[in-house]
Amino acid sequence: MSPRTHIQPASPAASEIRPRAIFLFDPLLVLAAIGLVACSLVTLHGTFGSSLSDRQAAYAGLGAIIAVVLAGIDYSRLREFRYGIYVVMIASILAVFAVGRATLGATRSIPFPFISVQPSELAKVLLVISLAAFIVDRSRRLHERQTTARVMLLALAPALLVIAEPDLGTGLVFVAIAVSMLFVAGTSWKQLAGLAALGLASLAVVLVAAPALGMHVLSPYQTQRLEAFLHPSTNPSSPAFQTGESIIAIGSGEKTGTGTANATQGRLGFLPEANDDFIFAVVGESYGFAGAALVLALYALLIWRALRILTMAKNLYGALIAGGILGMLMFEVFVNVGVAIGIMPTTGVPLPLMSYGGSSVLTTFTALGLLQSIHIQARIASAGKGRALLS
Amino acid sequence: MIQPTLPEDRRPPLTPQLAVRVTILGGFALTMFAIIFFRLWFLQVLSGNQYVADAKQNRTRNVLVAPARGEIVDMNGTALVKSRQAIAVQITPTDLPVSVRNPTISQLDHPPSADRALYNRLAGVLGIKTTRQPCKVVGDVNKKPVTYNLSLPQIACDVAQAVFQLPYADATIATDVKPDILYYLKERHLHFTGVSEPQVYLTSYPDGPLAAQVLGTVGPITSVETKEAEFTGLPENAVVGQTGLEAFYDQYLRGTYGADEVEVDAQGNLIQELPEKAPVAGNTLKTSLDVKLEQVGQTSLAQSLSANSPPGSGAAFVAMDPQNGQIYGMGSLPSYNPNIFTKPIPQSVYDSLTSATSGDPLNNRAIDGLYPTGSTFKVITATAALESGVWGIDDTYDDSGQYCFAQGGLCLHNAGHVANGTLNLVNAIRVSDDVFFYNLGAKLNVDPQTHPLGGPLQQWARLFGIGQQTDIDLPYAASGNLPDPAWRASRNKLEQQCDDATGQFRGKPKHPPGGCGIADGTNRPWTVGDNVNLAVGQGDVLVTPLQLAIVYAAIANGGTIVRPHIGLQVENSIGDKVLQNIDPPPARHINIDPAYLDAIREGLREAASASGGTSADVMGNFPMPVYGKTGTAQTFPNGVEEDQAWYACFVPATATSKPIVVVVTVEKGGFGDVGAAPVARQILSQWFYGKPGVYTAGNSQTL
Repeated sequence: MSPRTHIQPASPAASEIRPRAIFLFDPLLVLAAIGLVACSLVTLHGTFGSSLSDRQAAYAGLGAIIAVVLAGIDYSRLREFRYGIYVVMIASILAVFAVGRATLGATRSIPFPFISVQPSELAKVLLVISLAAFIVDRSRRLHERQTTARVMLLALAPALLVIAEPDLGTGLVFVAIAVSMLFVAGTSWKQLAGLAALGLASLAVVLVAAPALGMHVLSPYQTQRLEAFLHPSTNPSSPAFQTGESIIAIGSGEKTGTGTANATQGRLGFLPEANDDFIFAVVGESYGFAGAALVLALYALLIWRALRILTMAKNLYGALIAGGILGMLMFEVFVNVGVAIGIMPTTGVPLPLMSYGGSSVLTTFTALGLLQSIHIQARIASAGKGRALLS
Repeated sequence: MIQPTLPEDRRPPLTPQLAVRVTILGGFALTMFAIIFFRLWFLQVLSGNQYVADAKQNRTRNVLVAPARGEIVDMNGTALVKSRQAIAVQITPTDLPVSVRNPTISQLDHPPSADRALYNRLAGVLGIKTTRQPCKVVGDVNKKPVTYNLSLPQIACDVAQAVFQLPYADATIATDVKPDILYYLKERHLHFTGVSEPQVYLTSYPDGPLAAQVLGTVGPITSVETKEAEFTGLPENAVVGQTGLEAFYDQYLRGTYGADEVEVDAQGNLIQELPEKAPVAGNTLKTSLDVKLEQVGQTSLAQSLSANSPPGSGAAFVAMDPQNGQIYGMGSLPSYNPNIFTKPIPQSVYDSLTSATSGDPLNNRAIDGLYPTGSTFKVITATAALESGVWGIDDTYDDSGQYCFAQGGLCLHNAGHVANGTLNLVNAIRVSDDVFFYNLGAKLNVDPQTHPLGGPLQQWARLFGIGQQTDIDLPYAASGNLPDPAWRASRNKLEQQCDDATGQFRGKPKHPPGGCGIADGTNRPWTVGDNVNLAVGQGDVLVTPLQLAIVYAAIANGGTIVRPHIGLQVENSIGDKVLQNIDPPPARHINIDPAYLDAIREGLREAASASGGTSADVMGNFPMPVYGKTGTAQTFPNGVEEDQAWYACFVPATATSKPIVVVVTVEKGGFGDVGAAPVARQILSQWFYGKPGVYTAGNSQTL
């Protein structure tokens, strides 16, 4: 009954399988990842040229290596480092304020010689790993209100720091991660409802009460985006115009797309951040409904596999990590696509694996590596118990 | 063999609770995917067409290419108005460094510094002054016209005026700049954002002030015009006809705009040119005007003005084919050089053209100058008297030198108090005997109570077109006034309302000192004196020279009231194909007994040729048979008598293959024989012999 038992091989049988454990990965998850990276590279190459797609390919390659390494490790060992990971995460976000580089009015990244890193991206996975560990620590007191409050505070700390950068989208991803983990952990419906009520109340304060009292919690650009969503306009500098251009791009793709050569919305710069937050619109314009549907199908596959792995996980820690990653992916996909097709207010969230950007790609691959690790460990565990394979 | 594990590390079995929550997560994901799919289906498959169009509109800019405006030529094809290509410099207010979009007047008064810097740079290139000057800005605020008097440098003023007039219109800063300025601006277009150098067509008037009011001007389309049906589809900086023939025939002359479609990126940089749609030049308008006749008419009119009238007086002439109403010549003095309107015109110049002291050169007195006609009216009185039976051709009247009213004892005299003795109608027209016609006027008067529209005199005057529109192909033609009892009553009513400050005068002061001047005194009823006045063309009757020309054309052609027109044909832009003939049918034919017409014509012929004829000393030795009548309208503005000279004459189709009717009027020009008849003779001489004779004034002193 030593406290370290959990990081020992579970059984002699398991250790026998170990050398080939990496082959117990989830092939469908790999398929989804490869498919999305391929879509991203084709889109970036066709619309913006090889300089962008080459870099994106390099990021994806690096990400794949990280994923393979992570897949080979038992994720359960990471639980030990929960405090260190949480501190590193907070420190990296704080570093942005110290040495960060400003782009588009926001300071979100730290410049390194060859690459500038957005700590808030990697922080998403770090939060998943550490928060899952904290929840496991309190797994017996899950029904206490205090647990829910602590988990939410642990997530809100980095979230508020990121929102201050300002980067509202990423901050909300942190919140989504925490909520989905609590949901998976089994937090009572009553407390979840309380969280929802608190969320709505704070939204009301930020949007209505505080401005009425002369305090502006949202930065002007955020207010503007909300206003724009509510009152679309034709002013090119307004966010509503961005969404409008995105809708025009997607709509003009029709069934099979214009082809990259004729994709004037993306190519001629009418679409803002076309390689980044609005890449889905470029896909929609160049490859039409068919292309957009393919990308969505790949995300559906990805999310289905994440859900499947969540149910397979050999322990609560794995299930929680899978739940957090699921929350992150679902939030990013639905918000990004929702903005592009004009059913949500403009929020800067990358489209996982599709959007151009090293930090985002590496973060997603890290998450996928963790999912594969959970999958592999589950297979090892079930094999060791002589049970039928779950998938 | 199974080792115990820590509770928190125990593999969680798929509890029912987790199964439910996973199902909820999966269901949520499924719902989101479904929403996204349906939205995509809607955007891309159901309404894709619309977005394809939007994307096209996004990336293409229509650079409208102005067409060449059609020319206006005279009957021989000589150009009266030409169109020539030039380079203009324009500012698009919305594209300026600081975009100007729906600005307030104070924003226009204080342009942003970046824009001001651009204005100054541009002013330096174009050689425009940058000092502040008065700037009148006119436009609509909440659909009400307003005027602001600002003080701005020239270019800022141009922009303010353009934006305030039409929110998205371009401001034209200069027209007709040299190519090196174009190259300079094009090479440095980054320093001149919002400045464009479009190719435009400028109208030019080779003969300057000649027939300026007839040909008319072109100008930027106004905010009122953009809402009118005939101007739909035109760009907001379109140049359209504003006055004269340019306005009346604008839809033929303006041509069709071409489109130079270009693909641009989001910043508006040119990516590539797309196939262009060529502009279609406007059609040529061929008129019945004779440029030489115009020149002679205008020159001799100016000669008469300088000889007889004080400065600031006006004059006009009309020369027309009495058979079909084609206008051979029409002129109005003072005139102006319409070439100044082809460029942005300073307010001060425009003000001077419209001020009272300049003699209103923009007015075409031939169609909107309203005057009593003097004795030229007598042909109408004669027709009415003969046709109504109150007088016979051979009836005579003993002119003792004065005509006294039956009641009141007031007596009227001939000019110079001459007594012409026993006269029949022909004699009376020859010597223009006023007393004779006073008598007819009295005989033609009827009971105003039972005949509110007057008697035979008004009836025949109306048939001849007095007080009616002429339907000439020019805008802003006046219809004048024919006094009758109903008119007198309406004036009295207005005067009464003015005095009481009721009706349209509500809110104005009551009992203004000296009356309102609408009627001469209040409640003076229609009297025989009104009819007597009308019989000799004095008093309240107001007629334009063109209307009088139509009357004399009817006498010449046997009773046909022609529809006067200047346009003859619409031809294609090269002028080798007739697209449309302009040949309006006569307004009506009035039945006048040929015997009566002959008598009146005999009187007119004798007046211009026989001894004692009022214009015999001017027209007597003219080789062609001239039928002419002098007139001297007496008006009393400010109590001082002013005599307006009239002459109306024709050479009928029975005497020549090119009949003509000529009417000349000269404000304050004295007796008709002195001020007007000599001008008419010059016009006739040019018409029949290709050159004007020596200008000789007559000396007959009859009204």
